[in-house]
Amino acid sequence: MNLLFFYAAMGVYAVSAAGYVTYFVKPERKRVADIALWTTFLAFLCHFIYFILRWTEGGRIPVTNFFEAINALGMGIILVFLVMELRYRIPALGTFMLPLVLVLMAPAAILSGRLEGLNPILKSAWLGIHTSLAVLGDAAFAFSFIVSVMYLIQERQLKHKHLGAIFHRLPSLDVMDTIGYRALSIGWPLFTLGMVTGSIWAETAWGTYWSWDPKETWSLIVWAIYLILLHLRTIGWRGRKMAWMSIVGFSFVLLSFYVVSRTAVGKHSF
Amino acid sequence: MSIVVVGLNHKTAPVEVREKLSFPEATVPQALKKLMSYGGVKESIILSTCNRVEIYAVVEESAKGVEQIKRFISEYHGLSPEILEKSLYVRPDAEGARHAFRVASSLDSLVVGEPQILGQLKDAFDIALKTKTTSTVMNKLLKKAISVAKRVRTETRLAEGAVNISFAAVELARKIFNSLEEKSVMLLGAGEMAELAARHLLNNGVQTIMVANRTFERAVELANEFRGSAVRFEDFPAEMVMADILICSTGAPNYVVRQEMVSKVMKERRHKPIFMIDISVPRNIDPACDRIDNVYLYNVDDLQGVVNTNVQGRQQEAEKAEEIVRQEVETYLQWERSLDAVPTIVDLREKIEELRRKELDKTLGQLDGVSDDHRRALDLMSQAIVNKILHAPLVVLKQAAANPEGGDVISIARKIFNLDKELKKPAHIHARSLGETSNKSE
Repeated sequence: MNLLFFYAAMGVYAVSAAGYVTYFVKPERKRVADIALWTTFLAFLCHFIYFILRWTEGGRIPVTNFFEAINALGMGIILVFLVMELRYRIPALGTFMLPLVLVLMAPAAILSGRLEGLNPILKSAWLGIHTSLAVLGDAAFAFSFIVSVMYLIQERQLKHKHLGAIFHRLPSLDVMDTIGYRALSIGWPLFTLGMVTGSIWAETAWGTYWSWDPKETWSLIVWAIYLILLHLRTIGWRGRKMAWMSIVGFSFVLLSFYVVSRTAVGKHSF
Repeated sequence: MSIVVVGLNHKTAPVEVREKLSFPEATVPQALKKLMSYGGVKESIILSTCNRVEIYAVVEESAKGVEQIKRFISEYHGLSPEILEKSLYVRPDAEGARHAFRVASSLDSLVVGEPQILGQLKDAFDIALKTKTTSTVMNKLLKKAISVAKRVRTETRLAEGAVNISFAAVELARKIFNSLEEKSVMLLGAGEMAELAARHLLNNGVQTIMVANRTFERAVELANEFRGSAVRFEDFPAEMVMADILICSTGAPNYVVRQEMVSKVMKERRHKPIFMIDISVPRNIDPACDRIDNVYLYNVDDLQGVVNTNVQGRQQEAEKAEEIVRQEVETYLQWERSLDAVPTIVDLREKIEELRRKELDKTLGQLDGVSDDHRRALDLMSQAIVNKILHAPLVVLKQAAANPEGGDVISIARKIFNLDKELKKPAHIHARSLGETSNKSE
């Protein structure tokens, strides 16, 4: 019954993605983009209901295994997208964002949504705080990644003076550079707080703040990449170089999420 | 005597070739005089803009004239004829007239319908008039071209939908900066196109404008007009740090904005993007600047790529305009034919002879028992009358043929004697005959 909401959410996300892609191909159909925004809301609502149902069923916030983690990541990305879309009204974002979410969540659709038991020492309020901060940070990084890809496409068109149809669909370089940076300047502090709360939680659970578990090490690398990026920004790096760094940063996030958590043995392995 | 057009434009030659063949305005009179010294060239005009370099000439004989003009171009610019052969086109006779009308009406422009070309053509005509390298045929052709352009402008919506270079510049700026408010523009040099582009940017929200020009007074004048600030030419590299958009058209023969200059500026402006528009031919901004991050350099050719909106509607308008050009070429050719006195004399003789014959036959047919002698006498008498009447007009026509201003006389003669087409019936006769038919049908 609960899973029904999950599959409903996935299905409606796919509809939204199709809507946004249609809009991108035929931008005169402005209504398609409006409808896609509404269906994204609807899908997010289903997704959220599923999340709550699972929470009540399991008696803890559902972020403790791989299925639940990517489920939460997808929800986080959509949340960031909806906030940004309402604020800036750039439907082209959806054209790139929705397919990304579908791809990222695809493993969840084929994994079993079976509830697993949790080590009782981990049952604490810190679980929710640590994970939701980290997921929101990652979602902001994903947003910045998408905007960076769009930036690079647009920049390439402007540099090569080959202004195809995409040129007119994509927003201006200035807008993409700005919102990509804005997402990072919100995402990085959230990610930092996620790491801090995680280490406080580790201290209460195991008595040590930091134990060089593989996931912790990767997260530190991710954290450092974005720190360097934000620093370089303040000394005048922007545009193409920033976009590439953001893409590199997010590929480390993906590695950490999809490879390190799955393969390495440690406290974060699921 | 015939018209030829020899030239190249944005379709046949890239900007690198066009800039090699361009004639800066100040050198045009000299070039015209030199061209006239080539045998067989009787009249000439040089049109040199960013998008085209064309020589309009009246020559004694097309093929030979074309050779001479090509020789002039290659010798004047010191280029081998082989290079020219690839990019030059030749439009002889009727094609030449058609080409002139299409250029004037902006049908041949990079941005079809853009209004600047007519002004440029008028300027080129003015220079040739002052240098006295035009006469009857060129004067007629150019005046006609200007009136065709005006007809196209009033009778079609070609110019209305025209998205010219300035619009393209605004569209690009929007894709780089999003909002143009709080952005500054720097005008480097004060060409007409640059001014126009600056005006469009101002209309689209740009608030600050800086003008740098070699003659500082001109910079001050323009800056006042735009409520901007004037910059001394030697100071422009320092002031460029403040500019988000740079429009360059100095008319200098070499690069004014160089790569190392821009690199330094970019560092100082902390790599904030800069949009550079080079409307000058030859180019004034080193193309290598485009390789620098966050620099977007567009020259006139590049701007073409941006202009592709509303193509279909304009296609229809362009067809209407082509039709106008077709009609006008016809009337022009009629005039040109009239220039030649000999066919007019022949036409006139034939026409009058035909009238004489008809009337003579009619009269003889009505008379009974006319002897051959009488017949001959009447024939001779009518011939004598015709010859006496035609004597003066034929003398005038022959004189006119030798006179460069004679074209008007010949065309008047053709009109008076109705040599070109059936005369229309005067309006009142037409109306009456219509009335009669409608009465009958009742």
